[in-house]
Amino acid sequence: MQLNSPLSEVKETSAQANRSEFALKLQAVKTIVWRDKYLYFMLIPFILWYLIFAYKPMYGLQIAFKDYSLFKGITESPWVGFENFERFFRSEYFIRNLVNTFMINFWGLIFAFPAPIILALLLNEVKNVMFKKTVQTITYLPHFISVVIIAGIVTNFLAPTNGIVNIIIEKFGGEKINFLAMPEFFRTIYIGSMQIWKDVGYSAIIYLAAIAGINPALYEAAKMDGANRWKQMWHITLPGMLPTIMILLILNLGSFLEVGYESIILLYQPATYETADVINTYVYRAGLQGGNYEVGAAAGLFNSVVSLILVVLANRLSKKMTNVGLW
Amino acid sequence: MKRSFSEKLSSIFIATILILLSIVCLYPFVYVFSASFSSGNAVITGEVLLFPKDITLDSYKSILAKEGLWQAYGNTVFYTVAGTAFSILLTICGAYPLSKSRLVGRTFVAFFIAFTLWFGAGLIPTYLNFKELGLLDTRTSIIVGFAVSAFLVILLRTFFQSIPDSLEESAKMDGANDLQILRHIYLPLSKPALVTVGLIYAVGKWNSYFWAMVLLNDESKIPLQVLLKKMIVEMSLNEELTGSMNAANAMSQETFIYATIIVSILPIVLVYPFLQKYFVKGTMIGGIKE
Repeated sequence: MQLNSPLSEVKETSAQANRSEFALKLQAVKTIVWRDKYLYFMLIPFILWYLIFAYKPMYGLQIAFKDYSLFKGITESPWVGFENFERFFRSEYFIRNLVNTFMINFWGLIFAFPAPIILALLLNEVKNVMFKKTVQTITYLPHFISVVIIAGIVTNFLAPTNGIVNIIIEKFGGEKINFLAMPEFFRTIYIGSMQIWKDVGYSAIIYLAAIAGINPALYEAAKMDGANRWKQMWHITLPGMLPTIMILLILNLGSFLEVGYESIILLYQPATYETADVINTYVYRAGLQGGNYEVGAAAGLFNSVVSLILVVLANRLSKKMTNVGLW
Repeated sequence: MKRSFSEKLSSIFIATILILLSIVCLYPFVYVFSASFSSGNAVITGEVLLFPKDITLDSYKSILAKEGLWQAYGNTVFYTVAGTAFSILLTICGAYPLSKSRLVGRTFVAFFIAFTLWFGAGLIPTYLNFKELGLLDTRTSIIVGFAVSAFLVILLRTFFQSIPDSLEESAKMDGANDLQILRHIYLPLSKPALVTVGLIYAVGKWNSYFWAMVLLNDESKIPLQVLLKKMIVEMSLNEELTGSMNAANAMSQETFIYATIIVSILPIVLVYPFLQKYFVKGTMIGGIKE
């Protein structure tokens, strides 16, 4: 006892010290928070919005693992494990739609992704300011047009009996083609209209900004060394754009599975499902139109998880290869 | 400086490509415009290629007579104006506090927002959320439900951060609080950024159709884009069913749709010079595309 008492005393005092230190810290945090009270006050509606409209639906994702019934609601419906996923993976749509998603993205990466890069490089070579501005003004315009209107124009232009394209084909002695009902044309039409025509000009802006940020001394030095325009483009402009290209490529890969389902819905029809139907258009048909919520949610969750993995992988790969990443 | 023959040749080559691209971008607008002022017959027989033929205002007259269209137009204006105002307000509420590095918990809130960029709940849970909130078939769902874009919060935050701290510090010395500093210093200085954010929101709302189509059943609430979608689908269905379609029907429908398209993109074309200026600015500030 004798021996213990001083020790316990020490313990006690250190505990007291700890407590008062904690109290001091708490006090400090309180003053800081109180200092910024208006800022926190502003954040309340903002965070509430995110909780209600972005995070609450994530809670609802559990129906992907449930036998959802409208009457029982999200929380009360019974759990069924991976049954909904199995149903989705076994359905005839899974492989077909996964392949379609992949193919649309693949051709998009080959044709739609480089298009604005090439446009920016071409615009960069133009010395006449008026001409450059005019081309930019015209090519940005389609970006501001809604996908519904673009789909409407495409549908009308390609209409089988009196669309302008078929009228021209007939004038030249060809056979009229019902483009929108033929699976082999879908990807070309979709990527051509909704990706290239709509966004080539607008997406070039960011690359032009990247080009504008390149140090002019580099070009001077290259000219001294006798590099022509082509060589300057290849050895200075393109490497200068690379960080921007990589970031946009990662973003592009991150939305790999998201493909523009909103615009695909406007252009596809049962006759072209075999090349046009992607995972999200299936979610829309099965879930929102067919009322099969749980399978739709399962397919949607599959989509979101794979997308997340793709962004992380793309980011890591890009960091390794070019030292550029999103985080 | 003398330019070599091959340089001249490549200049001509580049100019040609750019001119062709401009034509491809512009032609659909010219065609739709000309067709909307032409007779239906001239359009379906392919006489209209560039300029209007048999100029008539018939399509525009039938638009004027169509009641549902004006209602949808009014709805779109309402959703765009009210929605943009609400969106800007919320975006400021998020962007301003997040622009202050002294704010405790800032990193957490920033992650909380950024996470939604990489992972979303998807269509079905989003739809069921509106259902649970009792917002199906309400105008509120359109205005409140899709109010915030994380990209634009980041854009505005970046702009706020570029305003020197010294302004804030001297205002603090004079006893101003954060709300007063925001109102009297930051917002006036951020006008270009606010216009950019507002325009990006407004164009998005003007053009959006998907969630309005999913959430709204009542014909009297649907925006223009949803109505247009119905008309276009109806027309292609008709064409499919009848094969070579009933000529009179085709004439009126096709030019009618073209006229509707013109009427619906008119506001965008009118503000296009501003759009171009401020969208380009926004892309530069944000550094990253939407």
